[in-house]
Amino acid sequence: MEHQTFGGEVTIPHHAPTDEAKKRIWKTTIILSVVTICELALGYWIYSMHQSGEYNHTLVFALKGIIIILSLAKAFYIVSIFMHLGDEIRNLIMTIVAPLLIFIWFIIAFLYEGVSWKDLRNKYNPKEPVKYEQTTTPSHEGGLK
Amino acid sequence: MAQAAAANTKWWSGGKSPFNVEYGKLMMWYFLMSDTFTFGAFLIAYGTVRMSSISWPDPNHVFNSFPGAGHAHLPLVFVSLMTFILIVSSVTMVLAVHEGHHGNKKGVVKWMFWTIIGGLAFLSCQAWEWNHLYHQGAWWGRNPFPNADGTVATTNFSNFFFTITGFHGFHVFSGVIINLIALIMAQTGVFEKRGHYLMIEKVGLYWHFVDLVWVFVFLFFYLV
Repeated sequence: MEHQTFGGEVTIPHHAPTDEAKKRIWKTTIILSVVTICELALGYWIYSMHQSGEYNHTLVFALKGIIIILSLAKAFYIVSIFMHLGDEIRNLIMTIVAPLLIFIWFIIAFLYEGVSWKDLRNKYNPKEPVKYEQTTTPSHEGGLK
Repeated sequence: MAQAAAANTKWWSGGKSPFNVEYGKLMMWYFLMSDTFTFGAFLIAYGTVRMSSISWPDPNHVFNSFPGAGHAHLPLVFVSLMTFILIVSSVTMVLAVHEGHHGNKKGVVKWMFWTIIGGLAFLSCQAWEWNHLYHQGAWWGRNPFPNADGTVATTNFSNFFFTITGFHGFHVFSGVIINLIALIMAQTGVFEKRGHYLMIEKVGLYWHFVDLVWVFVFLFFYLV
């Protein structure tokens, strides 16, 4: 088997440098550009809805979801093709990708917390304080409820 | 892709790198993974605070200017330019790595040069944007932009914007410096003497990571 040595470390060449590799670079460039243009188009769509006042919350939520998925696709192409992680051996890929799974918990837990805070703020919004009816006759226990 | 390494190679039997990469490249990957957590923590903190706010400034009304366009209302245009500059500089970087595989010194130097130009162009854009926002009254602890619902916004928006784009910009800046050093080393024939251009690959990983982070900064600050 063909070997190469870098500073005493023996590795086996991953990819023979071919024109195939260059073709893949251009293909990825086009994919990244098209996806970015799609994201911008969706961004302008959301913006135009803000402007016209015909604001559909469900639609905007869905569009934002699509934009996030498109960005994740871009991230995949950058890491897999441009950074050549897709060409590395599986064990190496796993040591990089598996720790990132903790982001699933990280994102869900913290955004859930954020939404919870917003709900509490809405409930006890200082600008519109909750009005308590002052009862004229004190209750039996004598305490203010 | 010509896969020279057979599937049944015993990677852990000794005598070779079990991950089939040399030390520096492996460590660059682990550094980038840890940096992903740093940026991830920043962006998730931003997301949490934004989620917890009843309203938030509309990015289309904050980032709506373009150099030389005066008071024209141009949302998303300038940041699109910045995004494309970074994508293009990522492509020139990957072409430099490609030339490095061929051991083509001239090609490496050419594409590294264009990558550095792209990085400097991005930094100039960011400097312009920061300066523009500063003169509109935005800075750490100061936020002149009202919430989308018309109420007075907290300073959270500016704080997160300047911290996260600043941290990213610092990465771009250090990336440009590292690229410059790699360019000089390639030009003076250091890699040629070594017999390989692995340093260009490692520098390239860092540069692509900077582009990768921008994908998410662009997404969460400007688009959604």
